[in-house]
Amino acid sequence: MTFWGFMEYAAWALSAVFGLYIVTDWLRTDATYPEDVLTSSREGEIEAMTEEHRM
Amino acid sequence: MSDFDITSDTMDGMGPHGTKVGLLRVLGPAHVWALGVGIVLVGEYMGWNFAVGKGGAYAALLACWFAGILYTCVAMIDSEVTSTVAAAGGQYTQAKHIIGPLMAFNVGLYLVFAYTMLEAANAITAGYLISEVARLTGGVVELDQRPFIVLVIMFLAWLNYRGVLATLTFNLVITAIAFSAILILFLSTSGILGAGETHHAELMAGQAALPYGWIGVLAAIHFGLWFYLGIEGTTQAAEEVRSPARALPFGTLAGIMTLLIAATLTWYICVGLIPWEYLGDGVNGSVAPLFDAARLSGTPALVWLLGIGTLFATLASANGCINDASRAWFAMGRDKYLPGWFGAVHPKYRTPYRSIIFLVPIALAFALKVPLDQVVTFSILSGLLEYTFMPLNVILFRRKWPMGVIKRGYEHPFHPIPAIALLCLCSVAYFAVFLGYGTQLVAMIVFYIVASLWFHFRRYRFVSRAAQFTMPWPRPKGY
Repeated sequence: MTFWGFMEYAAWALSAVFGLYIVTDWLRTDATYPEDVLTSSREGEIEAMTEEHRM
Repeated sequence: MSDFDITSDTMDGMGPHGTKVGLLRVLGPAHVWALGVGIVLVGEYMGWNFAVGKGGAYAALLACWFAGILYTCVAMIDSEVTSTVAAAGGQYTQAKHIIGPLMAFNVGLYLVFAYTMLEAANAITAGYLISEVARLTGGVVELDQRPFIVLVIMFLAWLNYRGVLATLTFNLVITAIAFSAILILFLSTSGILGAGETHHAELMAGQAALPYGWIGVLAAIHFGLWFYLGIEGTTQAAEEVRSPARALPFGTLAGIMTLLIAATLTWYICVGLIPWEYLGDGVNGSVAPLFDAARLSGTPALVWLLGIGTLFATLASANGCINDASRAWFAMGRDKYLPGWFGAVHPKYRTPYRSIIFLVPIALAFALKVPLDQVVTFSILSGLLEYTFMPLNVILFRRKWPMGVIKRGYEHPFHPIPAIALLCLCSVAYFAVFLGYGTQLVAMIVFYIVASLWFHFRRYRFVSRAAQFTMPWPRPKGY
């Protein structure tokens, strides 16, 4: 096998590893934490805590 | 002022609205700069040179500066509004607060499409560059680019999934190298260090000056946008910077200044080394003009440096696009403009992980199935629609919350001149785009009209009407 032929297989393999990591972690996270915790984020937290927007 | 420290390890990103898991506030101005410039700099390395093909070297320079004014207006307006509306989603969130839900939905879609298409285009380009390396090193005649395209998207998605600090620090390093490569090439070829190698007088004389007259200048404007397309992406970092009021204007304005310098230097180097007919043909001629300029210099170190710079600029752009598209998608999910499932934050990595995952197969499909020019055109047109919204946005922002009513991190000067200038420049850019890509422009507008109808009749009932407005702002003037 040529060097670049090997690189093509290596790229497929690495892509699969990254994909597998993401999917595994995603499923594990969703199974571990309740949905209301995962989707509890709200915008404007820093403003709500530090500024009242009164000049 | 709150009585607890929001920047502490335990409370960072969490707060009084019931947030248990929020995005992590860890970024500084340098990361904002890296996000904006990182997305754009690939446009200096390739793509802009089609402007030379449309109207010659001087037309490309005029297009470069015309687009520079347009994007300076964009950067100033964004700096003011985003340093005040400091939340993920950028222009989507601005539209939600300042104009209304239908505009917000459309702007959100513009953002996601512009960045996802650009990500796909960058992955295609990275695959092409690697195949060129294989060809130039005598390895293979025809390399299969697909595994490298897929690897670029999967690696960067993994990086984004794992955390924003590592993602944008990576962008900072590779963007700084790519920008430095342009500076070094300029210093080496312009005569400042060593003998000058450029031949502007010979290459730009006679017919080469403005080969198609002023209509060529107008046609070149479409590709002049390439020099800066994406700088507005800095706004997506708003919810993850430690100090929005400082970091966002600082990073964005430093970013546009960097790009104005990089764009002008790029033009100067390339038109001084490469004949305009070859430079202007980005398909069969000069695909990567800065790299070609380095090859013409005859210095192996410069060839390597610009080769690495081209690849790094491509990766930085794709990386920033994943970051930005996922934040926009996440923000829309959080407000229920899209299914709320997308509004989730990873409890350990503190990233919008479901949005990142969801956009991966879409980017892969476009990168593997759609031609590069179509992908790029869709990205540019979505961006242009977004810029058209900005003048309206900032005028309404100043009217509803006049100066002195709320704290602004940055107040852009000469209002409303930048807004009016941006609107006029966008009109000219639409006409220029229509000349070359009229069918795509009409098709895309039809797509957004259909999407708007779907949102109005089917989706709006699910939107969190009141809960989406959590900014502690006073009531807008006149309401």
